[in-house]
Amino acid sequence: MRGWLIPVVLLAAALALPFVVPTYYVQFASKALIMGMLAMALNLAVGHGGMVSLCHAAFFGLAGYVLALMAPGYDPASLLLTLPAAVLASAAAALVIGALALRTRGVYFIMVTLAFGEMLFFLFHDTGIAGGSDGAYVNAKPEIAIAGHQLLDLASPLAFYFVVLAFVVATVALLTMLVNAPFGHALAAARDNERRARSLGFPIFRVRLIAFVLSGALAGIAGYFAAAQFGFVAPQMLGWHLSATVLVMVLIGGLRSVTGPLIGALVLIVLEEVLKASTDYWKLVEGFIIILIVLALPGGVRQLWPLIVGERSDEAPQRRARSPVAEGRHG
Amino acid sequence: MVEAASNVALRATGLHKQFGGLRAVCDVSIDVHVGEIHAVIGPNGAGKSTLINLLSGELIANSGAIAVGAADITRLPPERRARNGLGRAYQKTTIFPKFTVHENVRLAAQARSPSPLRMFGHVRSDAAVHERTVKAIARAGLSSQTMIVADRLSHGEQRQLEIAMVLATDPRIILLDEPLAGMGQAEARGIIDLIASLKVDRAVLLVEHDMDAVFELADRLTVMHDGCVIASGSPQDVRMHPAVRSAYLGDHGDDA
Repeated sequence: MRGWLIPVVLLAAALALPFVVPTYYVQFASKALIMGMLAMALNLAVGHGGMVSLCHAAFFGLAGYVLALMAPGYDPASLLLTLPAAVLASAAAALVIGALALRTRGVYFIMVTLAFGEMLFFLFHDTGIAGGSDGAYVNAKPEIAIAGHQLLDLASPLAFYFVVLAFVVATVALLTMLVNAPFGHALAAARDNERRARSLGFPIFRVRLIAFVLSGALAGIAGYFAAAQFGFVAPQMLGWHLSATVLVMVLIGGLRSVTGPLIGALVLIVLEEVLKASTDYWKLVEGFIIILIVLALPGGVRQLWPLIVGERSDEAPQRRARSPVAEGRHG
Repeated sequence: MVEAASNVALRATGLHKQFGGLRAVCDVSIDVHVGEIHAVIGPNGAGKSTLINLLSGELIANSGAIAVGAADITRLPPERRARNGLGRAYQKTTIFPKFTVHENVRLAAQARSPSPLRMFGHVRSDAAVHERTVKAIARAGLSSQTMIVADRLSHGEQRQLEIAMVLATDPRIILLDEPLAGMGQAEARGIIDLIASLKVDRAVLLVEHDMDAVFELADRLTVMHDGCVIASGSPQDVRMHPAVRSAYLGDHGDDA
């Protein structure tokens, strides 16, 4: 019973939010949800698949660039056309990068994804595509229109917020289904013991590649909405700095859950907002707080859940596993 | 050595594996028959582990051929061999330590189901997989421990779990790499009985150091030394073989 109560209450709060806070905070919440979607996408690869990727910002940024390049000047782009195109581009990039990077393991995998991510960064930074290092504008927010009749206009912060919220809910549903399905268990098995998973007959390369491509495609959805919201894309959107930030969100939220990274993203973004308003040295303070969170809660802030609601944790057993990062500390 | 090919489940011919200058396995041919336990023995470094790795696909032979039934599996990766009916238990226990006994075995059963990577529907909803899981656990004698997380099991129970996982993949050939390693007398007894029961309608290849267990279990014996087969045949024949006595049993010549 309690298990259902919390998500329902949170969803109700998210639905009510735009009606009780000023527009600035609606936009802020949209931004936080978009980063949460990116963090959940990344965690499919990192937490569930054991593939620590440092190129997810590239999938995120690539989708943004697709929107910027497809947007017709000062008119709104068609959401139904540009969103699938953007997601396809991210998925295709993830397919190519994943197919090559998944031939390596561990630190080498991290380095190969980093290298590919930087290649995409410099592709947009050093060539004239979409304004080079200056970036490019998305002048009008995408819309859904049929025969000139506008059905949905993302220029409205309220509509934008609800569309993003819907995608976040859909992402949670999709990921929850995946990790509980045979596919998710095969992925977790490959993460925990690759050799054994293979000897049992799981085609682990294919399993990982599918997860990596799905993860990249979901990151693309997030990137598309981020570009639409800011009305601007720049190469920094593809850079490893953002990849690392999202990885921190995942760590804060917890590697072994679907919604943990969403919470992690919200925590980090709210933390930044609060600190920025209170001190010039906000990055320093933020760093200390992140270190404290990771040390005190190696399973992520989700570890606080049982304390808050006062119930015994009854998570699926594979989630009880220590995170790869925590294991790394013991050598 | 001339046998009816009909009940040969696994046939390796002329396997050769070289690591740099080291000749680990040299011209090894071996048949494993349905309904039999074929034990491979030999001193440390004889190439037994390399042989089992060549058979399971974790190593690829430099030359030679491996066939399961009529299918040539010489160059297939381990996961494809598994789907061809080859099951393997490891020398060092390689279960999924953070999963429960039931989940470990269910993963094995899932791997052999028609749709092992289904993306919808909860894993618990597949009745056929569930049935195979429960049966394999019962067969290995772990029915009372299904909900225990695997790394909390005793060493012997983990070996039982290894075998339960192999059984759940429903293999026609089982490769057992030192299943009794590091086990006490009482624990070993249970595993020996379990292994003896595996050969019914299956072929078992057993690598083991415990000679009492080997001579109790094996229907056929192959002795390796320095990467080569020096003797092969029934346990009685092999025991009397002079080359075996000098290479392996120590050539005391006083206990014949």
